[in-house]
Amino acid sequence: MYEVIAFYIFAISTVVLFGITAMSKNVLYAMTSLAAGMVMISGFFFLLGADFLGVVQLIVYVGAVMALYSFAMMFFDSTKDIKEKHGHPALVFLLGGLMALVFVVIFSAPIIGENMEALYPIVDGVGNAQAVGMVLFTKYLVPFEVAAIMLLVAMIAGIILAGKKMDKSLTTTVIEENPEDEILKESR
Amino acid sequence: MIGISHYLILSGILFSIGFMGVLRRKNLLMLFFATEVMLNAVNIAFAAIGNYYGDLSGQMFAFFVIAVAASEVAVGLGLLIVLYKKYGSLDLDVIATMKG
Amino acid sequence: METLVYIALFAPFVGSLFAGLFFARSPKNIIVGIVNPALIFISFLASVALAFHVAEFGEIHVKMMDWISVGNLSIPFGFIVDEVSVTMMVVVTLVSTVVHIYSNGYMDHDKSFNRFFSYLSAFVFSMMILVMSDNFAGLFIGWEGVGVCSWLLIGFWYHKKDVTPDINPAISPSYAANEAFIMNRIADLGMLVGIFLIYWNVGSLQYDVVFDKLPHLTDGLLVSIAIALFIGAMGKSAQFPLHTWLTDAMEGPTPVSALIHAATMVTAGVFLVIRANPLYGLDAVQGVSYFIAALGTFVAFYAASMALVNRDLKRIIAYSTLSQLGYMFAAAGLGAYWIALFHLAAHAFFKALLFLGAGNVMHAMDDELDLFKMGGLKKVMRGTYIYMGVASLALAGIPPLAGYFTKDAIIETAFNEGTYILWFVLVLTAGLTAFYSFRQVFLTFEGEERYKKLGFHPHEMYKYVLVALSPLAILAIVAGWFQGSFHEFIISLLPDYEMSHHTHHNAWWLGLLVLAFAVSGIVIAYIKYAQKGEKAFKQDAEVENGFLYKLLMNQYYVPYFYVEFIVKPYTIISEKFWAIDKAVVDGTVDMIAKVLYRTGDKTRSMQNGNLSSYLNWMGAGALLLILAAAVSAVMG
Repeated sequence: MYEVIAFYIFAISTVVLFGITAMSKNVLYAMTSLAAGMVMISGFFFLLGADFLGVVQLIVYVGAVMALYSFAMMFFDSTKDIKEKHGHPALVFLLGGLMALVFVVIFSAPIIGENMEALYPIVDGVGNAQAVGMVLFTKYLVPFEVAAIMLLVAMIAGIILAGKKMDKSLTTTVIEENPEDEILKESR
Repeated sequence: MIGISHYLILSGILFSIGFMGVLRRKNLLMLFFATEVMLNAVNIAFAAIGNYYGDLSGQMFAFFVIAVAASEVAVGLGLLIVLYKKYGSLDLDVIATMKG
Repeated sequence: METLVYIALFAPFVGSLFAGLFFARSPKNIIVGIVNPALIFISFLASVALAFHVAEFGEIHVKMMDWISVGNLSIPFGFIVDEVSVTMMVVVTLVSTVVHIYSNGYMDHDKSFNRFFSYLSAFVFSMMILVMSDNFAGLFIGWEGVGVCSWLLIGFWYHKKDVTPDINPAISPSYAANEAFIMNRIADLGMLVGIFLIYWNVGSLQYDVVFDKLPHLTDGLLVSIAIALFIGAMGKSAQFPLHTWLTDAMEGPTPVSALIHAATMVTAGVFLVIRANPLYGLDAVQGVSYFIAALGTFVAFYAASMALVNRDLKRIIAYSTLSQLGYMFAAAGLGAYWIALFHLAAHAFFKALLFLGAGNVMHAMDDELDLFKMGGLKKVMRGTYIYMGVASLALAGIPPLAGYFTKDAIIETAFNEGTYILWFVLVLTAGLTAFYSFRQVFLTFEGEERYKKLGFHPHEMYKYVLVALSPLAILAIVAGWFQGSFHEFIISLLPDYEMSHHTHHNAWWLGLLVLAFAVSGIVIAYIKYAQKGEKAFKQDAEVENGFLYKLLMNQYYVPYFYVEFIVKPYTIISEKFWAIDKAVVDGTVDMIAKVLYRTGDKTRSMQNGNLSSYLNWMGAGALLLILAAAVSAVMG
């Protein structure tokens, strides 16, 4: 019973919050609602018994990713409302609505998969974090290491891309006459 | 009782919201937000299905999706900064250089 | 011995490649003029050696390699050198050697000297394949090879402009080349049908296998095969009604006329009938064989009649070739295959000589061919006069020259078979032959010197050319003397043909009769055309306006008939089909292109450089894919 109540609360709040993210004109609102929505998502994970995943969601997404976004937002002059031209709003809603409809139809169809068996069944009496750790460091060791390297590469890339000319203000400098030449010069 | 269908339908709805955001957003930063929404929607589906079958693989996939999303944000934001340096804007209508 | 076979076969091919590959773009090169005749001569020597070998030890059968081997079909590149093919080889290579040497003189000033030798050698190679192949497929390759080479050679002076048929009945070399090629193509269809019928019913194309199995086939089938093959032979050997190309083919350089249209290619049809003698000799196909004989006799007379009035030096010889081919078919059709082959060989010698002599005259008279503009040339061209005189005597069948033995044998055969109508026509034709060949000789070399008024300055051909012609002249004289030994040599392969006792009894007066016809033909020609002074030949307008003269001069209006009733309606139909083709076939293809082009043009705006709109398109595409997946999941 509690599960039902919790699910609906989380569900409604995520839909509303992400809706704001997708629709709002203000970057700050969008980002805040995104962060809040992600917290709600972690709620689903706890509901589903994936405690470890929920914690990772909170730490990585709400902690690290959103911090990055907020820093990025500070780089750009994002305090005022964003002006966007929407050429075909009807088309966008039609596509999005259709997508939602298709997914709902597909997923609400009775799921026939009784003969499927769990590859790495959840072991009773073992905590979720422990179970995840066992699977992750046995069966998924190589992908895990690859992911680690990927994160390292991403970090370096992010530093190099963003780190150039950090002494100059991004928002107040006048754009050069020939920005492409400038970049070419830099690359040499 | 909440079954797997509930989670999947929710996941679908959230995905579609993200999808719609990707379609309508012209500001690149906002577009990134929309992609995050989509990624999170998919994570719910993974976790739900993993739970339904009593399998940890779903969680593993969600885990890796989070790792990919994190690196994507790092690189993507770096690129955004470079773009912003070059064009002074993040509006896709302004940075339309690939006209055929 | 196998090596000799390959030398005989491939020496001309090497020559063709030599001239074609190394000297195609260079100006006249005397090396080509030496190497190519030398290679053909080597081929000739090899052929002669093979002939002796065959005479002593019998046939040589070599298999070079497998060519087609698919399922039950196995066609090797095999070559057979037996009595028939070695006779052809010797004749072909001998005449080719002389023609190659002759071409050095004749094509002296032509800028495409090297190209000419390349084609000429390629032609000899094709002809060798034709005669040496041991199966019908190889024969067909050679058959088509000589067709292509003759097309190249007839149209050698392709740059000449088209003119109206009044000025030149052949219109232009390229037109004549196309005419020859297309007519042969029509006939080749018949030949192909014959080959397919053979393969279908026998399961092999090897001569020996096919001929072994022939008696087991039904009569109707045998007749169909015989007719189909003969249609092919009719085209190559220019028998009525596919004969018009041969006279028009005189547009090619004269050595070509000598080689192709006298000695080799046109005899391919006769060769085919001789080669297929086990088929044509069967009782079931006697009707076809008799038809061949009758058609041959008809063509002999028909062509001779047209030669009576023609004024074109080369065309007269071309008609005479047609006529002599008719003789050969008459003999082959009556079952006297060895006599046909004998006449083929002898005819090749004196006809090549005649053509090459005519080439000398042309060369001297600046390519003028009208007999009425010549006359009295014997003073300046004594050597050529002797050669052409000898060749004409041989052609007319005056003893002891070659033509007497061979043609007389054919006429005797007709008598022996009891086909008296054929016999009579052939005898009559012998008289006509004598008349037209000496009309030509006398108009050219005797009588008033009409050319002087027209401002020609004739001169004799180079000495070495005249010397090179001497083997042909000698053979034109002596070839007939070897009738006995040739008979012995050839009947080990071909069925023997002996005259009956009755014919033997009458042989002396039959021979005399033919001779009388021939001599009277020559005498009439002399009286009419060789005199000087008051009795000298003059053009007679009254005769030239007569119906008969006009009929003969216009080749019985057969070319006219072809143009009016075949070419023109065909053109009209073609134009109609072309219009339909443009509307339907081209229209469909163009429509596809237009649709694609317009789609591209319209969808180009999609690529506006805006990432957002790209994303929209991508989203639409993804949605479509998901929908398709969902639908297929539901359906499946």
